[in-house]
Amino acid sequence: MRFGDISQAIGATPLVGLPRLSPPGYEILLKLEGHNPTGSVKDRVAAFLIREAERSGALQPGQRVLEPTSGNTGIALAAICRVRGYPLTCVMPENTSDERKQTLTMFGADIVLSPATEGSNGSVRVAREMAAADPDVFMPFQYGNTANALAHHETTAPEIIADLPDITAFVGGLGTGGTVTGVGKRLKRWNPDIRIYAAEPEYGDLVYGLRNLDEGYVPEVLDLDVLDGRIKVDSLRALEMTRRLVAEEGIFAGVSTGASLAVAIRVCGRLPEGSKVVAFSPDGGWKYLSTGAYAPGDVKEIATAISGTLWA
Amino acid sequence: MAVVRIPTVLRPHVGGEARVEADGATVGEVLATLVAGNPALEERLLEDGKVRGYVNVFVDDEDIRYLDGEATVVPAGVEISIMPAVAGGAR
Repeated sequence: MRFGDISQAIGATPLVGLPRLSPPGYEILLKLEGHNPTGSVKDRVAAFLIREAERSGALQPGQRVLEPTSGNTGIALAAICRVRGYPLTCVMPENTSDERKQTLTMFGADIVLSPATEGSNGSVRVAREMAAADPDVFMPFQYGNTANALAHHETTAPEIIADLPDITAFVGGLGTGGTVTGVGKRLKRWNPDIRIYAAEPEYGDLVYGLRNLDEGYVPEVLDLDVLDGRIKVDSLRALEMTRRLVAEEGIFAGVSTGASLAVAIRVCGRLPEGSKVVAFSPDGGWKYLSTGAYAPGDVKEIATAISGTLWA
Repeated sequence: MAVVRIPTVLRPHVGGEARVEADGATVGEVLATLVAGNPALEERLLEDGKVRGYVNVFVDDEDIRYLDGEATVVPAGVEISIMPAVAGGAR
């Protein structure tokens, strides 16, 4: 495989079986998005966000890009903006880890901090205010941009269909909703019987904080109708599965992977024997080492200690 | 009797408790009992007797939208969770 530059070396990620973790009579496979250039699925999304904006004229040469993100989307956008010549500002909660801030800074992104108590919703608010005040910036806004789901509709899902045409069900995590919406629609177009399940991270009370319920935010990208089920997974279960995944299958993944895997195992119970279930692994575990999620010790104590920051 | 998990922001309306008990065989009945005893909750949780769009209700970890909605049966000993919709983790 040879590519002109890093922005072209995205996708075509491995689909890997989990013979030791799959329930007897079922086949669970992981789509390993950690194999993308900056280490996460968000390379696909960033590429589509920028490409669609260039195509529509919303993004002009040299224009500043602004996005609320403390994580994978920021790193992915930073790499693409770097090679395409766009300066980038990322808005993130002030309690974002130094590791993240350093990574983004190294990629050349400028960082603006939003109040920790408001979580990622606060970053969205601050970024929107900044974009409204400055007509010269372009905000892709992955939570509300159809290019987010389109990336999965056009690249992720076709790869899964090519590798596993007789897939029974797909499980993805709920963040922006782009993965389950884009993959789900394309898979159902391929075969309407394919079931789509969302694994919803159950954040710690710290993340929910004291925000009002009506400040809750349902991303525009998320199409709830494509789902056949939405199952929440708490920090402990996600962490247990993530740790079992590396211990038993030799795959070192982020905690969202553990959440999707837990749901994949759960839904096998309602699917016919012989079903093939794809669970989505958005990234590897490397950039979460500093959270303590992988530290030796009692997983219950670790989950309790870090539940406020685990998903952040 | 069902156990209902209350999100942080609503706990002041239920005496500060993280979990409260309420009678009912279905999600709708349990929530009706809950708001009858704690009227301040009604406007925050329900609209025309239905769960508001930005509020997620889970029975045994499953979103009731994909079960039988407010008619979802609540087996004994199973927890109902009320959770605000939250955008993203950080991804």
